[in-house]
Amino acid sequence: MATVDLKDVRKVYAGGVEAVKGVSIAIPDKALCVLVGPSGCGKSTLLRMIAGLETITGGTCAFDGKVVNAIGPTERDIAMVFQNYALYPHMKVYDNMAYGLRNRGTPKDEIERRVHETAKILELSHLLERRPRELSGGQRQRVAMGRAIVRNPKVFLFDEPLSNLDAKLRGQMRVEIKNLQRSLGVTSVYVTHDQLEAMTLADILVVMNAGQVEQLGNPLDIYEKPASTFVASFIGAPPMNLLPVTDVKFSDGTVISAPAQATTLGFRPEDADVTQRSSGDGLALDATVEGVEPVGAESFLYCAAAGQRVVVRVAGRSSHELGEKLTVTARPEKLHWFDSNGKRAG
Amino acid sequence: MAEPSSGSDKLMIGQSRTGIYVAHAVLILGILIVAFPIYYTFVASTHSLQTILRPPLPLLPGDRFIENYSEALFGGVGRIGGVPVSTLLFNTTVVALGIAIGKIIISILSAYAIVFFRFPLRMTFFWIIFITLMLPVEVRILPTYKVMVDLGMIDTYAGLIVPLIASATATLLFRQFFLTIPGELVEAARVDGAGPFRFFKDILLPLSRTNIAALFVILFIYGWTQYLWPLLVTNDNQMNTIVIALKKMVSFADADTEWHLVMVTSMLAIVPPILVVVLMQRWFVRGLVETEK
Repeated sequence: MATVDLKDVRKVYAGGVEAVKGVSIAIPDKALCVLVGPSGCGKSTLLRMIAGLETITGGTCAFDGKVVNAIGPTERDIAMVFQNYALYPHMKVYDNMAYGLRNRGTPKDEIERRVHETAKILELSHLLERRPRELSGGQRQRVAMGRAIVRNPKVFLFDEPLSNLDAKLRGQMRVEIKNLQRSLGVTSVYVTHDQLEAMTLADILVVMNAGQVEQLGNPLDIYEKPASTFVASFIGAPPMNLLPVTDVKFSDGTVISAPAQATTLGFRPEDADVTQRSSGDGLALDATVEGVEPVGAESFLYCAAAGQRVVVRVAGRSSHELGEKLTVTARPEKLHWFDSNGKRAG
Repeated sequence: MAEPSSGSDKLMIGQSRTGIYVAHAVLILGILIVAFPIYYTFVASTHSLQTILRPPLPLLPGDRFIENYSEALFGGVGRIGGVPVSTLLFNTTVVALGIAIGKIIISILSAYAIVFFRFPLRMTFFWIIFITLMLPVEVRILPTYKVMVDLGMIDTYAGLIVPLIASATATLLFRQFFLTIPGELVEAARVDGAGPFRFFKDILLPLSRTNIAALFVILFIYGWTQYLWPLLVTNDNQMNTIVIALKKMVSFADADTEWHLVMVTSMLAIVPPILVVVLMQRWFVRGLVETEK
């Protein structure tokens, strides 16, 4: 129940290393903002600065318009879910959830009511008397969530909370987190390196690279119009195919002119097709099949074309064989252009 | 573990009946060698002085158990100024507990400061503590004695305890343990509103309790068996610890020594450390089984 405003936030470590180089993000009330990027891009540092666990060496962080740079994590009224859950190993689940409330001097009956209420939402009621080591990974994850929810904080912070779960559970918890966040209406910041999590959870997606914001916005907008080659290759799986413009030849009779500064061309695996001969308009590349990856509903063809490896998605079961020669085509409106700095052109 | 009493179906794989008998014979022999002197001391403590002085000493306990033990415990022993052994036991318990608890408190607090706080000269302090490890008590015994005399702490419990309390070893042990506590746990506690004191009391202490139990056992025995320092710092027989008193009880002349009381005192001196080990061991094992982190 707060807006979070980051203005030109910087983090310079004692050794002179600049981990976060001026990040500005405005998160509206009740929104879920996902910070995504490769490891070492500064996303966790940024989250920890919002939490107050790390000092902010430049810029401001404000909750509801009030700058919180100087105050500690307790007074900021945030709750955090850690990657390894960080449950207190010697306390029962009940006490793990109640600890933060006790430290804030909440009356006993109020604590009891809130813990039981939260436990019910998260289906933890039957586990309250257990200790963390007696729980499965998924249950621990729930307790960590419960510990955050029970406090009813202004802001939720999630630091890669699902990275220790198996794939199935991760999918389940992803949906659950989204639903919980929506029904509780608490402004949240979520850090992950998993682009699928980022795409599905985010109201606002922030793609970070080397301490800077590479692109910020609605996840589908980012997917459809990546601002740079970095974003293009980071968001989407398999990533966008990127080819130097000079190596590409176009099918006869079509006029597609590359924007003036464009040096790199990109197209997503699902926007391309494979045919036996070049036909229609748009891009046409001679390719050799180097690998086939059947996933079930779709298959990915890994082809060598224009000296690069190009991935193409084909629906259903693929009948193509290794070494087969074919043509990869893509429609002109599905092409992305980037300039020599990797920024979007045209 | 194989249990030879419960029949051949419980034998471990590849273990023959003869193997088990041999193994047990070796173990029993070992126990006999270790335990016999203690048994013999016990036997001697139940005979009269005359019986002890007229060899050979019988191998079975005598009939003076109650007389000897009550004389030593409550009557007072002549050669140490008529102080009863109960006083000695009390003194030694106070000293051993004082040293063990004091050492644990001081070392856990200094380790807490060194691991969890950033302050100027932090590493310098750590190295100073570390270096004292290399300095045996005997090296600094003269200056320490002088300080104790100047402070008027000769023949006091404080004088017996305080100089032995600082412990680099225990500090290092706690430091190593604290370093294994994940940073996320510390941060979770901060987010949950636990200040330094709350974190120490609610999180660190409960997590360290197995370390504390282990240290307590070691340090209690260390305190109980102290010899050199109590010898220096006590003049009054009333303030003797049991180890010092034992030494004083034994005269050069055999006839001067009340051997039956010496044996009783020896037996009594063993009991408290054994109790501590046996009682704390349960804690210890429980702590080891529930490895939690």
